[in-house]
Amino acid sequence: MSYVAIADRDHEQEHHDPQTFITKYIWSQDHKVIAIQYGITAVFVGLIALGLSAMMRLQLGFPDQFSFINPENYYQFVTMHGMIMVIYLLTALFLGGFGNYLIPLMCGSRDMVFPFLNMLSYWVYLLSVIILLISFFVPGGSTGAGWTLYPPQAIMQGTPGIEWGILLMLASLGVFIVAFTMGGLNYVTTVLQARCKGMTLMRMPLSVWGIFIATILGLLAFPALLVSAIMMIFDKTLMTSFFMPAISSMGTDPGYTGGSPILFQHLFWFFGHPEVYIVALPAFGIVSDLLSTHARKNIFGYRMMVWAIIAIGGLSFIVWAHHMYVSGMNPYFGFFFATTTLIIAVPTALKVYNWVLTLWEGNIHLRVPMLFSIGFVFTFIHGGLTGLFLGNVTIDLPLSDTYFVVAHFHMVMGVSPVLVVFGAIYHWWPKISGRMYNETLGKWHFWMTFLGTYSIYLPMHYLGFQGVPRRYFSMGNTEFMPASAQDLNAWITMSALFVAATQLLFFANIIWSLTRGPKSDPNPWDATTLEWQTPDHPPKHGNWGHELPECHRWAYDYSVPGYEDDFIPQNVPADKAPAGRDHGGEH
Amino acid sequence: MEIGLITLAIILATLLGWLLKQSFNTQPWIADEVSATAHHGPLGDESNTRLIALMTLLAVVTSFFALILSAYALRMELGDWVPMTEPQMLWTNTAMLILASVAFQWTRNAAVKGQASRLKPGLIATGLLTTAFVVGQFVAWQELRANGEFMTVNPSNAFFFFLTGAHAVHILGGMYVWARATTSVLLGKAEGSAIRRSIELCTIYWHFLLVVWLILFGLLLST
Repeated sequence: MSYVAIADRDHEQEHHDPQTFITKYIWSQDHKVIAIQYGITAVFVGLIALGLSAMMRLQLGFPDQFSFINPENYYQFVTMHGMIMVIYLLTALFLGGFGNYLIPLMCGSRDMVFPFLNMLSYWVYLLSVIILLISFFVPGGSTGAGWTLYPPQAIMQGTPGIEWGILLMLASLGVFIVAFTMGGLNYVTTVLQARCKGMTLMRMPLSVWGIFIATILGLLAFPALLVSAIMMIFDKTLMTSFFMPAISSMGTDPGYTGGSPILFQHLFWFFGHPEVYIVALPAFGIVSDLLSTHARKNIFGYRMMVWAIIAIGGLSFIVWAHHMYVSGMNPYFGFFFATTTLIIAVPTALKVYNWVLTLWEGNIHLRVPMLFSIGFVFTFIHGGLTGLFLGNVTIDLPLSDTYFVVAHFHMVMGVSPVLVVFGAIYHWWPKISGRMYNETLGKWHFWMTFLGTYSIYLPMHYLGFQGVPRRYFSMGNTEFMPASAQDLNAWITMSALFVAATQLLFFANIIWSLTRGPKSDPNPWDATTLEWQTPDHPPKHGNWGHELPECHRWAYDYSVPGYEDDFIPQNVPADKAPAGRDHGGEH
Repeated sequence: MEIGLITLAIILATLLGWLLKQSFNTQPWIADEVSATAHHGPLGDESNTRLIALMTLLAVVTSFFALILSAYALRMELGDWVPMTEPQMLWTNTAMLILASVAFQWTRNAAVKGQASRLKPGLIATGLLTTAFVVGQFVAWQELRANGEFMTVNPSNAFFFFLTGAHAVHILGGMYVWARATTSVLLGKAEGSAIRRSIELCTIYWHFLLVVWLILFGLLLST
């Protein structure tokens, strides 16, 4: 309703355009500004989480050399690093950031359908971030329960942050979920209702598909986290026994009776596993568009790609207990979840084949976004294959809680999505800022990040095979661990610090581009999707000037035989393409 | 977790059916003209945008309650569960909520038929009945507390307070939208079509929360 209201009011529109600095950049209802607000906030907390991981690595690489790291704050670093990276950085950046920026532009709409709600979504997200950051400074500090917040230890004596940290964490998650729901309602409704004329579902770029399905997953899965957070708050403050078993703590009886910690695990992973795909699906979508654009070739198997996204989304709801093989479960359940886990590898592998086949015989331009996209295909295959190991109960049991698991999930949902984030920022930066970045600096950034992360995580797999346990503050004198494990840990730490420092190149590039970068062409990559066809560059409030675009083709008309240009934008009608057109083209 | 899974399966299957219809047998690489309605959502053109958003929200709320019920079913199987006796008050409250739904439906029908004079009494009656429900729930809580039946006594009590509380919060959220609609009707600021739309959507939400309540109440009574 709202988007048509704006669309119909062409003359009044300028009158309604935000006038002052505050309405334009602070209390903005423009999806592009909100996207940037989401992006900056997410990257800011992400940097904090990066700093926390550096602290962890310092302890692991050079044990007990640093007086400011003790067992308590080590666990706080671990917890906050994980939670921030997964929820407050990746989820917020992909959906709040890229979702906000790309959905209206790629679908050819003026804005999200509920701009006010969209603005509210950002400010509530910021509130959740502030609550989270406050927890660093309260008595007892932030929670050290691990990002999974498993009871009973999350709220029992002995875990750091049980005074205020855990409550602030749970409250912050609750607030985040409210923010996400407001944003998510917007993303889903905008995709369903506000596509421009001619933009059928099967003409949508895969970026929009990935974000759309990920949002649906988020809307249905986040309630599980909300339910478990509320119940844990009750267990902590009102002494209910939803999750807390009859337990004695340091010789005293805290008064809990018969609750089930496993119940928490079920609820948590019912959210937690779809969460992996909430992060991965937008990355899948974006990387498909990047590969296709920079290889000047249509994406291989578009329909298969769409259905793979949908299938992965559906299947992601029935694999959660593969995170709980060591929690004790009926072997038949283990068998069931191992099977579903292996089945989900099928659509995922289809996507990987299709990315590779898109590159095959393409006209590959190794620009910075393309490098990051190809890098993603490597790291994702790598992390995906180790997932097959861990998805099998018998192999998971010995590898559980070792560094193999840490290596696996960092490859598959740490490094891989982050490579896509960088690729996507480099790709859309000219559209966002109107300026080009420094190509050489970008390439340095890619190679040092890509090789650096391999240098961190490849050795971790080996540590896992050696049985080196994760989460330990200090390894002590353990016989099964060779002395070389410590050398490897020192190497990993140095690599991690190197990669962290390398990210300065990215920020230097952004600053260089904003201050000295040359003005960019409106469509520097010769891309087909609608966001590159806006009348203003960068697009203004309302995106499309006086007339909404019309979509006439899919997003992948690259190198169509018989045409002069190697791309045909989506808004070019069939009869107005640069040269004669043979219909039914099997290109 | 079966309850959660079945609910999700129903929600996803609904969406999937529509997606299938949209994408089956299409050849996206062909740049032909498509029908004028091809960019519409599952319920039609942009006049249904708010309805789609409401349906999405209801899916989220359904997932939320289904997951609490999943937890309820799992927790119930453990040894320390003692079924609680629900206060008789809940029967009265249920009647209030049913009447509120009926009143809202009556108001909605009047709005659709353009009988503007019925809007005021209809909205006010709905508001009073819904408020009676919420107050009644609160009284039931106080009754339980006075009898020493608060949350810590047994997990069944804890779930009772959690479920009724969560339901009441959703009712209060609806009351906010109701209050906005009612204010504009009372002040005479209401534009015919906008207020009709608002009342229609509110009615759906009220019916939905009534169904949720009946399921919760039935479950609480039977366990």
